[in-house]
Amino acid sequence: MDVVLLSRIQFALTVGFHFLFPPLTIGLAWLLVVIEWRGWRRGDPTWVRMGRFFGKILALTFAVGVATGVVMEFEFGTNWAAYSKFVGDIFGAPLAAEGVLAFFLESGFLGLYLFGRGRISKGAHWFSILMVAIGATISAFWILVANSWQQTPAGYVVQNGRAELTSFSAAVFNPSMLPRFFHTMDAALIAGAFVVAGVAAYLVRRNHEDELARRALSLAIVFGLVTSLVELFPSGHLHARQVAHTQPEKFAAIEGLYSSQSAAPMVLFAYPVTPPPELKAKVEIRGLLSWMAFGSINAPIRGITAFPPENRPPLWLTFVSFHNMVVLGLYFIAAMAWGAWQLHRRRLWESRRYLMLLIFSIPLPLAACQLGWMAAEVGRQPWIVYGLLRTSDAVSKNVPAGDVLFSLVLFGLLYLLLGALYVYLLVREIRHGPPGPEPVPA
Amino acid sequence: MDLNTIWFLLVGVLIAGYAILDGFDLGAGVLHLFTRDERERRVMMNAIGPVWDGNEVWLLTAGGALFAAFPPVYASVFSGFYLAFMLLLVALIFRAISFEFRSKVDSPGWRRCWDVAFGVGSAVPALLYGVAVGNVLRGLDMDASGVTTTLVGLLNPFALLIGLLGVAMFVLHGATYLGLKTDGALQDRMRHWASAAWVAFIALYAVSTVASYAVAPYLFENWFSNPLTWVFFAVLLASCVAGPAAVRASRFGRGFVASAAATLSIIALAAEGMYPRLVPARPDVANSLTIYNASSTPRTLTVMLVIALVGMPLVILYTVLIYRAFRGKTVLTADSY
Repeated sequence: MDVVLLSRIQFALTVGFHFLFPPLTIGLAWLLVVIEWRGWRRGDPTWVRMGRFFGKILALTFAVGVATGVVMEFEFGTNWAAYSKFVGDIFGAPLAAEGVLAFFLESGFLGLYLFGRGRISKGAHWFSILMVAIGATISAFWILVANSWQQTPAGYVVQNGRAELTSFSAAVFNPSMLPRFFHTMDAALIAGAFVVAGVAAYLVRRNHEDELARRALSLAIVFGLVTSLVELFPSGHLHARQVAHTQPEKFAAIEGLYSSQSAAPMVLFAYPVTPPPELKAKVEIRGLLSWMAFGSINAPIRGITAFPPENRPPLWLTFVSFHNMVVLGLYFIAAMAWGAWQLHRRRLWESRRYLMLLIFSIPLPLAACQLGWMAAEVGRQPWIVYGLLRTSDAVSKNVPAGDVLFSLVLFGLLYLLLGALYVYLLVREIRHGPPGPEPVPA
Repeated sequence: MDLNTIWFLLVGVLIAGYAILDGFDLGAGVLHLFTRDERERRVMMNAIGPVWDGNEVWLLTAGGALFAAFPPVYASVFSGFYLAFMLLLVALIFRAISFEFRSKVDSPGWRRCWDVAFGVGSAVPALLYGVAVGNVLRGLDMDASGVTTTLVGLLNPFALLIGLLGVAMFVLHGATYLGLKTDGALQDRMRHWASAAWVAFIALYAVSTVASYAVAPYLFENWFSNPLTWVFFAVLLASCVAGPAAVRASRFGRGFVASAAATLSIIALAAEGMYPRLVPARPDVANSLTIYNASSTPRTLTVMLVIALVGMPLVILYTVLIYRAFRGKTVLTADSY
């Protein structure tokens, strides 16, 4: 088999699996900052117990995130040596910065948060979860700097057979950096909100008098509604506009715009087929895409056929992943808005069907993250660095295909085991429920 | 001192920081395999429980710094050691998850599985790091596409010797650390382990030095021409005298400083011998990757230096504070693994 294809599958597998955990960690950490703050400032044992309970879920999630994250730090070198040599002058810096400025912070303070209770003051304990949340956010910032540079490279010049840095600030704040950072961060917050909401819904269904579960559910619904709304507007809108301006091939692919036209339609539903690229069973609104992307319903937009075939990303996967992400995003708003309405009417605790829906919605934000990431990364193809280096030229030339196949199978089996164990232990922890009231110190 | 040399030093500091900090975690993991008692196993895991993850970050940061400062080295070595690296990553994954997973289910069979995962997940990296260093010191077969050594080629006698030296060093360091964190019968056993490991470490170091004269003679050119050699060697010698004595007297704090100093000085000696090479090439050492022909641009090195100078003092500050919060003997509580 082809070493490029095998390396791509392995990278997709390892990064995709890893990317299930950091959004949860980030979202949960920020919710725990709120929960632990209330526990500390109000001295209320219910919030303290809630912190302990969700802290355990954070610890389990963080462990798997760390374990699978180590792979990512080294996989550029093992599988993408040609890429690493080409981009090292720029791409290595954010990775190193992530270590120095973020990993130390989150890992060090997570230990203090999980095991420091009773050893440090309550204020210092709250400070440690705050540092975990800030560390995780800085980590997301730097890794998205690196990724965004692959999408929209800036602040460099190609010479001596590699991309050399000319401006660090231009490379860091490249055109897609900020839109991507806010969109991904907010997605992580939504993921955290749905986990807390789903778990709390389970506890409320089990005992609707449970004060801890009620408070957790209310907090998660308010938090989830605000973050879901922000994810659509302004975050999602601005990110899509940026793609339209900076990566027109990707924009055409994800939106399903196959021929250039003015008053380009927003495709709400379709099934893409090739060749030639065509959308079946299309439902669309004329002019809306032009208006959203370029501010005028008559603005012309280039379709995918305007680009040479060798520069076009895969059409089916980009279109389907992007549209399903949007559908999920709309569902998140609807689900949380319904919950907020029920909360307002004081009927939330008795809405058993809705609570069941929340339980089954726990994994959906993670699915949306995966789909969004797929649209972004597959949409960048055939480039590993947009416009500069093709993915096919980026692999390690000294690694035989057999070795990559071996490691791919190894990671496949290992991650299957890891995923199953994680879900098993998570469900066990949730079934076990929050800890009982703390014994009064003698 | 030029920027390239500063980055050679900084990557060295990160690697040494990793070896000293995660070194005792790895050693504790290996020693964990030799304990049968459930309570003792939990004490050993919890002695490193709150800090091991922060310690492993030194490895990630060293990897990132190598990528940023010397991309061709990161690319050639990691792709050249492909299968060994995959083995290392799988071991590190098992070690990382065994802490959380082990404690979640109270069943002897489940815990035994994770004990093995934790012990083997620590022993494999402890051996492989030394094997990697041994191979780099010996020199790597290189052509235009990068390193061409096979997995079997990596397991040559010299590399395995350095691998064993590494294991002895980590076990020594881990036993001393556990001596500091435990008491009673477990502490007594750690004293014995540490004493035995000191003997093994000194013997293996002597053999390795002799062997490296045959395998990597270029190292001796630097050692004999640079007076720093004698400083590092004096530190190593002092640690090898003071360390075993401190351990025998159950003064594990001093013993820990000695094993840390021994770790630091042998890494410093290896680095000094290699300078300015990063990956000595075989068969012709003139084709080596050096800090000059394999570096990033001065602009990147400067930006990275600013980040390191701002970030690392902060890291060291809060790392010290966190260790202070967990000082004293390890006590099992409701929050423990």
